[in-house]
Amino acid sequence: MGTSATQLSKMSQGIVLASTLVLCSQAIASVEKLGYPEKEELTFGFIKLTDMAPIAVAYEKGYFEDEGLYVKVEAQANWKVLLDGVVDGRLDGAHMLAGQPLAATIGYGTQANIITPFSMDLNGNAITVSNAVWEQMKTHVPKMADGRPVHPIKADALKPVIESYKDQGKAFKMGMVFPVSTHNYELRYWLAAGGIHPGYYAPAKGDTSGQIDADAFLSVTPPPQMPATLEAGTIYGYCVGEPWNQQAVFKGIGVPVVTDYEIWKDNPEKVFGLSADFAEKYPNTTIRLTRALIRAAMWLDDNNNANRAEAVKILSQSNYVGADYDVIANSMTGTFEYEKGDKRDVPDFNVFFRHNATYPYYSDAIWYLTQMRRWGQISGDKSDAWYKETAAKVYRPDIYSRAAKSLIADKLANAEDFPNFATEDGFKEPQKHFIDDIVYDGKSPNMYINKFAIGLKTGDQL
Amino acid sequence: MTLFTAKYMRWVDPQKANSTTSAAIARITQLVTLPLLGLLGFLLLWSVAANSINTSLGKFPGPQAVTTQIVNLYDEHVAERTKESAFYKRQDIRNAKRMADDPSYVAKVRQYTGKETFFDQIMTSLITVMSGFILAALVAVPLGIILGLSQSLSTAVNPIIQLFKPVSPLAWLPLVTMVVSAVYVSDDPLLAKSFITSVITVMLCSLWPMVINTTQGVATVEQDLVNVSRVLSLPPIQHVKKIVLPASLPMIFTGMRLSLSVAWMVLIAAEMLAQSPGLGKFVWDEFQNGSSESLSRIMTAVLVIGFIGLLLDRGMTKLQRMLAWDK
Repeated sequence: MGTSATQLSKMSQGIVLASTLVLCSQAIASVEKLGYPEKEELTFGFIKLTDMAPIAVAYEKGYFEDEGLYVKVEAQANWKVLLDGVVDGRLDGAHMLAGQPLAATIGYGTQANIITPFSMDLNGNAITVSNAVWEQMKTHVPKMADGRPVHPIKADALKPVIESYKDQGKAFKMGMVFPVSTHNYELRYWLAAGGIHPGYYAPAKGDTSGQIDADAFLSVTPPPQMPATLEAGTIYGYCVGEPWNQQAVFKGIGVPVVTDYEIWKDNPEKVFGLSADFAEKYPNTTIRLTRALIRAAMWLDDNNNANRAEAVKILSQSNYVGADYDVIANSMTGTFEYEKGDKRDVPDFNVFFRHNATYPYYSDAIWYLTQMRRWGQISGDKSDAWYKETAAKVYRPDIYSRAAKSLIADKLANAEDFPNFATEDGFKEPQKHFIDDIVYDGKSPNMYINKFAIGLKTGDQL
Repeated sequence: MTLFTAKYMRWVDPQKANSTTSAAIARITQLVTLPLLGLLGFLLLWSVAANSINTSLGKFPGPQAVTTQIVNLYDEHVAERTKESAFYKRQDIRNAKRMADDPSYVAKVRQYTGKETFFDQIMTSLITVMSGFILAALVAVPLGIILGLSQSLSTAVNPIIQLFKPVSPLAWLPLVTMVVSAVYVSDDPLLAKSFITSVITVMLCSLWPMVINTTQGVATVEQDLVNVSRVLSLPPIQHVKKIVLPASLPMIFTGMRLSLSVAWMVLIAAEMLAQSPGLGKFVWDEFQNGSSESLSRIMTAVLVIGFIGLLLDRGMTKLQRMLAWDK
């Protein structure tokens, strides 16, 4: 009995192995068959931020053309315009906030089926406050021996400042770039970790301002306008991607206090979004554009960031990000300037390829969904299975792995630089490096939500 | 400047020239030196003022910064053209290779995908404003003539014109954008949607001054001329062609000149707002970039916009003179 059982399990193992082999060979066969793109002329949208770099590099280095794609790259006014462009077909694809395809798919804001086969980068954002706020915050920040503040700076230092504003009857206003943006969740995460309530959303009641019960009042400002809005005194601080934090330092109008790398080490940032219809109608084009983007990301991180200086030069062109070379270089070349003159090494401030940055992990998608639930954008309880299903609808590692495998087959990439596609289940190991030391495991989102002191928990409904 | 002197030269009557030579010289110097002095004064004032205005993007650009940018922008234009020809070469090679691999493939030459330079944007804006203006003239002039000929029709339509005239075309822009998106659907559009939107916006704002001026011009044709037409019993078409048009042409052109300068101003604003290609987009993009060169580039664009506006106005005056029946 015992022996037959082992035999049986061995046999089944054999079958599994054989079928994996068959699958693999099929995959390789399909790789070889990768046909010409069905649609060759494409328009991609982006917002003026350094993390659009893979698109600019794929264009300038001719990776798109290598795939037979003729791509026009167009700056968009704000995230809403960009999303509408992808939905109505004016844009074939775009540099998107990770939360955008997810929110669109679950119907928060604009309803549309948007997918992502490619995650564009890790980290790359920071939170900046105005000079006046920094002066008040500074007194509450612990100092190092040389007098410079100890990083990471927690929102605990901001709390007394907000209280003093409250006493004076003033609302403490801060800017973020979009209701479902990484920046909104990161700013909220940082504030809440310091005991500052960033406010709830209650879409069921028609309240999408996100300011219910708030201590700090967050509102939307397009990224390139952040420094000007801060300068005008409309907001006292903001969370945005680069170069708009370094721009504040250069202009002398504000001080970045914390990078998102310190809030959550190696957090997933932008994604490349396409409509689901597009991917279905033009499968070869989708795989080919993913190939071009993977090659661009590889180039950006190649040889320990050796190409970054050239990348900064490309980005500083007026049709891409257009800010000064020095401003962009500050964060793109592995450093970050906090207060003027306080430049520190943050080698992983912008990660484009290493640490499997481009692979669309389900667990990344689920983190965004948990934050949407935490702040009330998802108004009711959802099962763990729902989180997984929603993530799988939007994040498409299947497309990514076909593109990556074909690059490996063409000797344009090395297999060891990618996750092991045969065993990868799309979930990162439980992640520990958050500013408040709370551990995130993408496999049990409901348990995760219940760990936070500030935020909606299972059963809560506004 | 040459325009001024040319205009003056025509006024000099050769027979009286001798007696008035000294006076003529005085007038020439006046016509040449005074504007020159004004220009110099402006440059001086500008550079002094610019030097004392500090923004978070550095000093306000003075004449020198603008001159540097003109050179920069030209260099960028040349560089982009070089990239463009390389793009077409690469494409030819790629197409040839693909046709060798796949004989059924029909090669297609695709438009250059690179960025528009400052000079490309100028051309785009000029083409847009002229298209919108011509389209508006084709509607407004016949409409104005009909309204001018019929007192009762004019009275009936007048309230509507008065209602729409003060509306800024920018208020129309969102509506125009949505309607164009909904109505103008094509897989392979001949003209870009953004172009159509801009043209319609320009047309909407060019329409009213032309309609009103044409109507007035036609309505105030001298009674004597109308009587002549009546005596000769000219058919309506002939009446318009021989009597009404020549007599009301100055008014029509006044309307056109007004329209064109308004159209040019509105187009720039519309391009900024709608992010459609053109000088307005150039200005907006530079504002968003916030680089240390942005302000001087915007200032360059401001001057170029002004200069083109001036040329358009001069052009209309020239055209009016060329077409004037009575000269």
